[in-house]
Amino acid sequence: MEYLLGTWHWSISGFLIGMTMLLLTYFGKSFGMSSNLRTMCSMAGAGKFSDFFKMDWREQKWSLAVVLGCILGGFIAYHFLSNGTGVNLNPDTVAQLQTLSIDAPDGKLLPDAIFSMETLQTPKGFAILLVGGLLIGFGTRYAGGCTSGHAISGLSNLQLPSLVAVIGFFIGGLVMAHFLLPIILKL
Amino acid sequence: MKLARFFLTGIFFGIVLTKAEAVSWYRIYEMFHFQSFHMFGIFGTALVTGVIGLQIIKKKKIKDFKGFPITIIEKEKGFWRYIIGGSLFGLGWALVGACPGPIFILLGTGTYAIAIVLIGALLGTYIYGLLKDKLPH
Repeated sequence: MEYLLGTWHWSISGFLIGMTMLLLTYFGKSFGMSSNLRTMCSMAGAGKFSDFFKMDWREQKWSLAVVLGCILGGFIAYHFLSNGTGVNLNPDTVAQLQTLSIDAPDGKLLPDAIFSMETLQTPKGFAILLVGGLLIGFGTRYAGGCTSGHAISGLSNLQLPSLVAVIGFFIGGLVMAHFLLPIILKL
Repeated sequence: MKLARFFLTGIFFGIVLTKAEAVSWYRIYEMFHFQSFHMFGIFGTALVTGVIGLQIIKKKKIKDFKGFPITIIEKEKGFWRYIIGGSLFGLGWALVGACPGPIFILLGTGTYAIAIVLIGALLGTYIYGLLKDKLPH
């Protein structure tokens, strides 16, 4: 049981993620999570304002079923498959985070300094979450995919556009993690 | 139920990403600082599994579960949309430590704050839809 309740080894995790992509391929679908955001916009009536959302969202019901499953999967893993020993970071990372006033994981998945209800109620805390979301939504649709669609499916199919997109993910991620995040957190 | 297999796949994926800690803001921070092999190991293994799996599907012309040939959609050619869009997503990914899959999964772990990220992501997608024709692709 200890193996199940602690952090899953990267090799097991990676293999199972690869298998998820192959399973959806076997079901005749393509693996991609960010396209659900477009489907949800379309369901909310965004087709009235842009042709990009004029689509038959019912054809994407299968993908919305995956999303609902993900939510339940997160619930199950968090409540029934965890023993609070996870997220053992590199001690250097923990020390570095401390200088940025980010609390250590101590078994938590997310830092309170960014995700707690108290932080959410501050203008800065709210803005970080909203702007992060905006960048994710705009960026993934512009690039035509996210980590699942490009980094896993696209690269597995040896697609050059996906390699360019993943290089982009890292350009943006490195700029944020090394230069912008320290400034934002100290504002 | 036609949708049951997708729902079950989602549950599986949600559990795996949570237990892999790929939904953790901390792990994304650590990855972008190259302070742990964990996330790179996950991507690497997923890729090796995916490349080998898709090659087998193509070589053996494996049919999908309904008996139809499997066609794997090729990505559209282009450069600017991938490098600019990818970089913008990367900025958001490293800021809130979640990509679209984990946004949904974290809702399930009871992180209410992630709902704001989801609202932002829906708005961002909507803004892209409005500006699409004016952007270089």
